[in-house]
Amino acid sequence: MKLVRLRDTDRATLHLTLEGSGLAALEGDTVLTALLAGGAGHLRDSEFGDGHRAGFCLMGACQDCWVVVEGLGRVRACATLAKDGMKVRRG
Amino acid sequence: MKVAVVGAGPAGVRAVEALLAHDIRPVWIDEAMDGGGRIYQRPPAGLRRDAKTLYGFEAPRATALHAALDAAKPRADWRPETLVWNIRPGQRQLSTLSAGRQGVVEYDAAILCTGAMDRVVPVKGWTLPGVTTMGGAQIALKSQGCGIGQRVAFLGSGPLLWLVAYQYAKAGAEVVAVLDTTRFATKLAAAPGMLRGPATFAKGLYYIGWLRAHGIRIAEGVTPLAIEGAGSVSGLSWRDAKGGVHRVECDAVGLGWGLKPEAQLADLAGIPFVFDAAQHNWVPRRDAAGRTPVTGIYLAGDGSGIGGAEVAEVAGARAALALLQDAGRRVETAALDRKLASLGRFRVALEKAFPFPSHLAAGLPDDALFCRCEGLTVGELRATTTGPAIPAPELNRAKAISRAGMGRCQGRVCGAAAAEILAAQLGCSVAEVGRLRGQAPVKPIPLTATP
Ligand code: FES
Repeated sequence: MKLVRLRDTDRATLHLTLEGSGLAALEGDTVLTALLAGGAGHLRDSEFGDGHRAGFCLMGACQDCWVVVEGLGRVRACATLAKDGMKVRRG
Repeated sequence: MKVAVVGAGPAGVRAVEALLAHDIRPVWIDEAMDGGGRIYQRPPAGLRRDAKTLYGFEAPRATALHAALDAAKPRADWRPETLVWNIRPGQRQLSTLSAGRQGVVEYDAAILCTGAMDRVVPVKGWTLPGVTTMGGAQIALKSQGCGIGQRVAFLGSGPLLWLVAYQYAKAGAEVVAVLDTTRFATKLAAAPGMLRGPATFAKGLYYIGWLRAHGIRIAEGVTPLAIEGAGSVSGLSWRDAKGGVHRVECDAVGLGWGLKPEAQLADLAGIPFVFDAAQHNWVPRRDAAGRTPVTGIYLAGDGSGIGGAEVAEVAGARAALALLQDAGRRVETAALDRKLASLGRFRVALEKAFPFPSHLAAGLPDDALFCRCEGLTVGELRATTTGPAIPAPELNRAKAISRAGMGRCQGRVCGAAAAEILAAQLGCSVAEVGRLRGQAPVKPIPLTATP
């Protein structure tokens, strides 16, 4: 899944890592936006072998966007703001 | 008197405003950073756009609500980014979680304004990356300036289908199809009632007209077949009302069939639920003013039954007045009561125009996943009604057998569809299969949360 930036692109750049690789995002992005607009494709794998997941509700309800952020532990990517230097792992 | 208000959407803001006007300073808790609710959520810093671009026709309402929100925050005991994960009606306590720390809020009276989320029907392939709820697609655009894909299809029914498709097209996304599962004739039959809310009705017609005028593909009365793709969405197929099969290439799909209440706290508070035939859903029992059978608990807004943002504002103020009346204050309620009654009549017409597509859930193939959290298929749910385990005559037994609704979303996402599938299998009504009972915590909380 690739989020397409349509508006408000004139923002400061943030640098995150996903599984150790660098990923650029914009200030004001959620972790979900940072990852899915940044080309991560998905956020987690289903525990039941049915493939990738990339969130669903984007409003903190479905819990299908869990990722792990160093220092914060397991978070909902859609309900967590991205910060410069964040180290993210897929959930 | 200790008063707590949960939620800072349209209902919560107006409830707090009314309490403050009567010299009560409530503890005011919201899970989001900045309040406003889903509908009037403001984007994070850096993405500020003017209200007209963000909220369209709703800009004056959004602006007024934000002004009330910002004026009330410093006067109340405002606690953003705080989840209420349990309520103990006996002790009159709310259990909270904020920045990894647990807390307790004591109350004599509480107003729950917990809002709503999208009501969805599973479609084969709906767990693929690229599929979001209609509300999710709207949040991506409004609050993050992003489209959910390059070529987006929208599938569902209700006012949000047309609104979100319009907002996407306006923002420059390619909307490849708008697929409404409701037949045109059904909507037409409800039109006379819809005229009771002429502004809402006219806005809906405007969006549909705009989409048609811009040559966007529209189909009504469709049956979704599958969202296709390996690893992410690559297409969507459906059957039209005459039986013809169609497919579009797309890399994202927004899904939604109206809204359902986020009523988990009301459930934990011990409020009985009733089946609302018009909404085709279970709603916590309350009177028109928001009083519930549980002393000290009041409800307002979409969390107590879907009414929309305009109703929520009035209902929030009314619930605060009910609380004040019960505390022995003299308040004037006649104007609010009249307004609620007239808005309620329009809502009934709207529900008739966009009925929940029970037949779609019931008609899902056995191999479609219906529960995202536990990876359960429709077939596995249907199997709970036969053997070898005990037959499941109702939803909670089916849950015990199959784990449906036991996952991390607690049945928020799959509950409505699960009820339809079971009811169809058992040959009874959805009201008869019952409703998934809530459990604390209402959302998963980290095991490491410090008390
Ligand atoms: S996408 Fe549903 S909780 Fe984050």
